[in-house]
Amino acid sequence: MKKVRLVELAHARSGDKGNMCNIGLIAREPRYYPILVEQVTAERVKRHFEGVCLGKVERYELPNLGALNFLLHDALDGGGTLSLRADPQGKTSSTALLRMEIEADL
Amino acid sequence: MIRIANGQGFWGDSIDAPLEQVRRGPIDYLTLDYLAEVTMSILQKQRRRDPQTGYARDFAEMIGQVLPELVRKKIRVVANAGGLNPRACVQAIRALAQEQGINVCVAAVTGDDILDRIDALTARGIEFRNMDTGARLDTIRHRVLSANAYIGAFPIAEALGRGAQIVVTGRCADAALVLGPMIHEFGWGKEDWDLLATGIVGGHAIECGAQVTGGNCQVDWDSIPAMDDIGYPILEAEADGSMVVTKHPGTGGRVSVPSVKEQLVYEIGDPRAYITPDCIADFTSVQLDQDGPDRVRFRGIKGRPATDSYKVSISYSWGFKATGWVCYTWPDAYRKARAADRILRARLERLGLRFEALRTEFLGFSACHGIAAAEPSPDLAAQLPEVVLRAGVRSADRATVERFTKEIAPLVLNTAPGVTGLGSGRPKVEDVVAYWPTLIPKQEIQPEVTL
Repeated sequence: MKKVRLVELAHARSGDKGNMCNIGLIAREPRYYPILVEQVTAERVKRHFEGVCLGKVERYELPNLGALNFLLHDALDGGGTLSLRADPQGKTSSTALLRMEIEADL
Repeated sequence: MIRIANGQGFWGDSIDAPLEQVRRGPIDYLTLDYLAEVTMSILQKQRRRDPQTGYARDFAEMIGQVLPELVRKKIRVVANAGGLNPRACVQAIRALAQEQGINVCVAAVTGDDILDRIDALTARGIEFRNMDTGARLDTIRHRVLSANAYIGAFPIAEALGRGAQIVVTGRCADAALVLGPMIHEFGWGKEDWDLLATGIVGGHAIECGAQVTGGNCQVDWDSIPAMDDIGYPILEAEADGSMVVTKHPGTGGRVSVPSVKEQLVYEIGDPRAYITPDCIADFTSVQLDQDGPDRVRFRGIKGRPATDSYKVSISYSWGFKATGWVCYTWPDAYRKARAADRILRARLERLGLRFEALRTEFLGFSACHGIAAAEPSPDLAAQLPEVVLRAGVRSADRATVERFTKEIAPLVLNTAPGVTGLGSGRPKVEDVVAYWPTLIPKQEIQPEVTL
């Protein structure tokens, strides 16, 4: 097992719904999907976005797309129009998640 | 088989895209999505100033440019460009058609706007509680600017069935713009849950324009061809629910399984329950296959019965905000920006200003990725060529925000060296409109089609 960044195994897209940010994380190969399911838990994502995501993190599985969908509550400084963030709609939360390091045998 | 094109992913998207969709190959329907939450509040302000406005004027201009071709090629148009005033939008288009001597049937779909009915509905016991917070509407009632229900695809299908070539809606579910033509063409029923869900998934896939044809795509982004001529998406749909997403031959971009996957997971919640006015679509049922170059086929989509309410978006004035920036350069750009941040905060403290929020970010280093980017090593921090300090505040009190805007430009002379104000001058105070997501029982909304 070696440490790899998620960007090696996955791609992602993120966006907003009010003050919630969603991040869809998609395995680049079908064999990577179980690794994502095992290691990229809601708890780890919550820790990864500590100080950014102030609410809970929920995780949903889309095995048909080899994807996980994360909902980061209270993560956009009020969301859309209120937010003072440079990225008020969380468009770049996708690449922020891809920085995460996990253990994998590739 | 019918071809349904998207020519606009949001208001502000490429103004050429709809024209290219009409001119670069065959399509049957052109759909355009103009309405984001923020758009509704802008339209509300316009309509307050002039009751003949409140719709997406870009749309009318675009139709003016392309109307002869639409008529000649029998392309039908479905757009939520009506915003808060679909009837005025329809009138504008009719006037344009008349100027050009063209006879075209234009329909308005209305019934989504409940602004004038809020108090009557509240009196009858509809609470409009905030879906996220559970709060009662009376806490913000006096500040409400607009209130619109997201209506579904069947009124659009009705307008098409009655012969409209151009259908202008107010607020409706984004994907309804695409599902409506399918219902009309294929005669799908109100309980054909799997077929309705198929249309919704197709609508979701193309409603953000080029975001499904290679735009903003992370897989092999640097090899996606001709992004300066990116093709917008087209759905090829059939009565049995067969569906392919593609684009016109000869355009740039790429339609691939990864590009479609990225768009499918964009802005969704629970993927098993993507709730729309017409059905609940199950995104965990979608199967994708590459079906030739720049073609992705959908299979297996499942749906379930719709809920008994419509989503309503209420906008209200919240207060004010302002954001300003200055740029510090090497050497020690990051340390200088941090020092300026401390100085700015101390100044604001000294002035006794209190904000609902005060936020500073370091563009070029951590503004987007924040804590996930971690502190730079001292070495990297020392080497960064430049870092932008971006500072923003919001408050219910305009004067407080106004005072803040006068503290940014002085940073250029009064703080660390090697700094530019980026030529941006004093920041502007912006009105902040906030959103109140809520529900209304379906029987309270009667969508209406006017030809």
